[in-house]
Amino acid sequence: MTQRIQVVENILNANDRLAEENFARIEAAGVFSINIIASPGAGKTSLIEKTLPLLKGRLRVAAVDGDIATSIDTDRAAAAGASAAVQINTGGDCHLDAVMLRGALDQLDLTQFDLLIVENVGNLVCPANFKLGTHKTVLVASIPEGDDKPYKYPGTYRGVDALVVNKIDLLPYVDFRMDYFTQGVQVLNPNVTTFPLSCRTGEGLEAWVDWLIEHSKK
Amino acid sequence: MHELPVTQSLLKIALDHAEKANAKEVTALNVVIGELSSMVDDSIQFYWETIAKDTIAEKARLNFRRVPAELQCMTCFNKYHPQDGELICPQCKGVGAKVISGEEFFLESIDVEN
Repeated sequence: MTQRIQVVENILNANDRLAEENFARIEAAGVFSINIIASPGAGKTSLIEKTLPLLKGRLRVAAVDGDIATSIDTDRAAAAGASAAVQINTGGDCHLDAVMLRGALDQLDLTQFDLLIVENVGNLVCPANFKLGTHKTVLVASIPEGDDKPYKYPGTYRGVDALVVNKIDLLPYVDFRMDYFTQGVQVLNPNVTTFPLSCRTGEGLEAWVDWLIEHSKK
Repeated sequence: MHELPVTQSLLKIALDHAEKANAKEVTALNVVIGELSSMVDDSIQFYWETIAKDTIAEKARLNFRRVPAELQCMTCFNKYHPQDGELICPQCKGVGAKVISGEEFFLESIDVEN
């Protein structure tokens, strides 16, 4: 006999539940946490590398880095002054998920930190679908990627709490319409906090660092 | 590429529900995918054939119901369907819209043989 069974279950439910567990754990330890997502080359690692020295003596930072195979980014974070750096190799997966972050959290004594920075795999689509359980999701966009990205990846741009627009030092050399870009961001995410900056020149980094400190001290 | 873990999750949910109902076989999965959800049904189908093998759902048909995106402008409250990557309100050109539908991604029901 054929029978139809009502299910109505979110397909990423299992991940979402684990993300909630991660969040509870991070929150209980009194740590502020961010999940940094971006396309490859936007400057996720550079941002972390430039941010860490500015937080020295102010916040104790743990860096978790997701990469398909290498530990280059973790090494860079450790060299830049992270109090602890944990590598997650996804073994080919294009994003981090809540299980992978849980594994990384197991390797950290969270009570020893004020800020947890999770660097996701370079990819503008997949990471947006998999919640990790961090307080905020930060998207790093960059000028050479083009001003149409918010229109092409609305799901990603819509789901983030803060937006870093990196490589603004290249604005004079690239056809990038900031007003068009901003409009594309605001159409679906009017309350996002935006930080235009350049990791290369250091311009704009201060506002970003202040934002991290403000949230970490809460 | 994220469709691989997604397909594994889909199979697990279907098998859990089939088991609870003491089903002998799962013949269909009815999946709802919103236009904004960045899930590719061909890709899910592709992984399904490998992943569901040797389970009671291996012959199941995947039925995808697509839900179009609908936005509501928060300035003039016009409801519209975004077209050709144009997200702003076509009526008042307002920026700042609420997503009414299009982000769905869930397993609505399964068909089983007892």
